[in-house]
Amino acid sequence: MADTVLFEFLHTEMVAELWAHDPDPGSGVSAGSRGEEVGATTGQKMSLSVLESMGFRVGQALGERLPRETLAFREELDVLKFLCKDLWVAVFQKQMDSLRTNHQGTYVLQDNSFPLLLPMASGLQYLEEAPKFLAFTCGLLRGALCTLGIESVVTASVAALPVCKFQVLIPKS
Amino acid sequence: MAVCIAVIAKENYPLYIRSTPTENELKFHYMVHTSLDVVDEKISAMAKALVDQRELYLDLLYPTEDYKVYGYVTNSKVKFVMVVDSSNTALRDNEIRSMFRKLHNSYTDVMCNPFYNPGDRIQSRWALLPVSASSPGGPYFLCPHPVQVGPAFCVLLPSLCRTCLAILVAKMQPFGK
Repeated sequence: MADTVLFEFLHTEMVAELWAHDPDPGSGVSAGSRGEEVGATTGQKMSLSVLESMGFRVGQALGERLPRETLAFREELDVLKFLCKDLWVAVFQKQMDSLRTNHQGTYVLQDNSFPLLLPMASGLQYLEEAPKFLAFTCGLLRGALCTLGIESVVTASVAALPVCKFQVLIPKS
Repeated sequence: MAVCIAVIAKENYPLYIRSTPTENELKFHYMVHTSLDVVDEKISAMAKALVDQRELYLDLLYPTEDYKVYGYVTNSKVKFVMVVDSSNTALRDNEIRSMFRKLHNSYTDVMCNPFYNPGDRIQSRWALLPVSASSPGGPYFLCPHPVQVGPAFCVLLPSLCRTCLAILVAKMQPFGK
């Protein structure tokens, strides 16, 4: 029973640790408070991309390990369904609540009670802090898609905790 | 007893090729390369077929007079190719399937190795060792490179010697009295 929280604690510490390093200003920063702000935002962007790349590597390994025994994916939609069902259940012990698509390569995955946001708040409190807790999961989705042969861009948005939406954009080749 | 195994990435470059060192390796590299065409054919044939259960195991790709070549593809389009001696008729389908399954498990473990970057050649010496050691042919699956199994035997032999000596000493003492 304690298994689920192990990952949540680790994830919380990861975000806290990577976020704490960002006040270092970047190179070529200008003097004064404006310089500090610039340094802070580039630092924040870098820690978001570090978190996302960590999720990416984990997603690549999970994408290899999870689908087994049969060649189950005929088309993109099958892969997305796999993400919503098998991957989400393996990582968060629940399925994704809804999957919508415009059939042009854009998929919106909605989770109405995302486990990493659930302990924080319910509603609009901490809304501006929420995105950094979604970066790892965006990378996870992107990594799993990459192993299964689909290059994509994954972004996340939160309107009100703990409901969050992951948008997967698959460019047409 | 397989003579050569190869792990091919989805972009069709080799991640790992091992063959028995007694043979000319280039011949096997060439054989694996030509078998990729057959693998692609089988995959596209399976994609067109409207069967729900599509297997990962591709079965015999093509036989030559000396060797048979078997294939296996994973969900991430990584292909495994195995070349087997034709004279070894005792090898049944089940055994080939189980060898491929072990190879798949080993490959999945390599993927989970934090020191491995996906897409690189597989350098890990221990990664595919279980495949070498525990196949139907026993430890002669691929006659692995001595360096790989050396450490395992070095650990085993001294402790064996020590226990034998200890037993001998214990047995000899009553006579010494």
